Amino acid sequence: MPKKILIVGGGLAGTIVGNGLCRKIGPELAKGEVVITMLGATDQHMYQPGLLYVPFGRIREPDLFRDQRKVLDRRVVFHVDPATKVDVAKQAVTTKSGRTFDYDYLVLATGSRTMPQNIPGMAEAAHWFYDLEPARKMRDALAKFEGGKVVINVNAPHKCPVAPLEITFMLYEFFESKGILDKVQLTYTYPIGRLHALEPVAHWALPEMERRGIKYETFFNTKSVDPKAKTITSEEGVTLPFDLLVTIPPHQGQQVIVDSDLGKGGWVPTNPKTLHREGSTNVFVVGDTTNIPISKAGSTAHFEADTLIDNLASLLTEGRWARDYDGKVYCFVETGLKTGTYVWFNYTTPPNPGPPSQMIHWFKLAYNRLYWLSARGLL
Amino acid sequence: MAQRQVIDARGAFCPGPLMELIAALKLANVGEEIEVLSSDHGSIKDIPEWVKKVGHEMVGIDQKEGYAAIIVKKAK
Repeated sequence: MPKKILIVGGGLAGTIVGNGLCRKIGPELAKGEVVITMLGATDQHMYQPGLLYVPFGRIREPDLFRDQRKVLDRRVVFHVDPATKVDVAKQAVTTKSGRTFDYDYLVLATGSRTMPQNIPGMAEAAHWFYDLEPARKMRDALAKFEGGKVVINVNAPHKCPVAPLEITFMLYEFFESKGILDKVQLTYTYPIGRLHALEPVAHWALPEMERRGIKYETFFNTKSVDPKAKTITSEEGVTLPFDLLVTIPPHQGQQVIVDSDLGKGGWVPTNPKTLHREGSTNVFVVGDTTNIPISKAGSTAHFEADTLIDNLASLLTEGRWARDYDGKVYCFVETGLKTGTYVWFNYTTPPNPGPPSQMIHWFKLAYNRLYWLSARGLL
Repeated sequence: MAQRQVIDARGAFCPGPLMELIAALKLANVGEEIEVLSSDHGSIKDIPEWVKKVGHEMVGIDQKEGYAAIIVKKAK
């Protein structure tokens, strides 16, 4: 009987794991000793970081998508049939169509989702760019916007931790290029007592905001939005008026995780080094799905997936553990429409962002295309 | 009494102990306690400051070797 690897989730993390395994265990796959199966929710693979450019009309929508079957190594058996129940005791996953898949090793890579509906009034009144349709609506709203109070509101938890700062500086330059900056007042809100979770990034952002005249409100955790009065109120008791509200909605994990009783909020308790689901030895968790207290970002998913590929390949072919995940995260930071910087850190090395430059911005633009090589496991 | 949820945010640079606490409190029921382990020296000031501002309850801070265990009860 072949060893069965079942990957639940066809986003970046699951795709890298599937493709990377095919490269590592080609002979075993060819001999039929191992079978890799993936359960995805859609046949389209989306480059999520590209959504940041949609509101500004700076990316073509077709460039955000590829056919998942073309991104995925053909040796991975791919089903567009999302999981609805995971039973780790019985080692079986049930899908939307009613099929059941058993496994020897399970990889949970179901990701996260935006939940603006968790805050009263937010879905009706706010714009956000973390999903395609709302990003299109935000593009239309920006095209019509002639000036007024713009609130950029950040909620916890959320993925892509630098995106709130990126959108703020990009909005500033967008209004500047539109010639309406003198009619716009930008206010940025953040849940904790500084402008970003990463202290060095917060230190860098403070003078950048001050020199642009961007106001900020820290310790702001959204309680409600009033779509009629056009105000947003925090748990801390502050109310801000807005003409245009841009939000980073709070996130949760996927419903299948909640329904399978695998983790509160859809986040699976995960060992931060081995990436095992807590309590399991044959269930691994990668990407946003984990409850590991590090950034939910594509790069986190990528580096976790690389570690898992090495470990699964080593377990299957040599029966030994290869290496632990070191907590590596790497994020580009767009500091406007023309410059960028980057930040990286792991469990033991603190972040230390360098000065913004045009070259790093260009590299980020290049990465928007190179991403497809990452997803294929080539980069 | 429900089991206290522990968040081990030691060495977590991003999103960090307070953001982890905020996210966990959203999913907790009123009366539940959450214990955050933090090696960030700022946490013993930031977390009580935020808890007071929002109206949750500080249960206590236990200073351990190289980190602090900060216990918060969801009050509303």
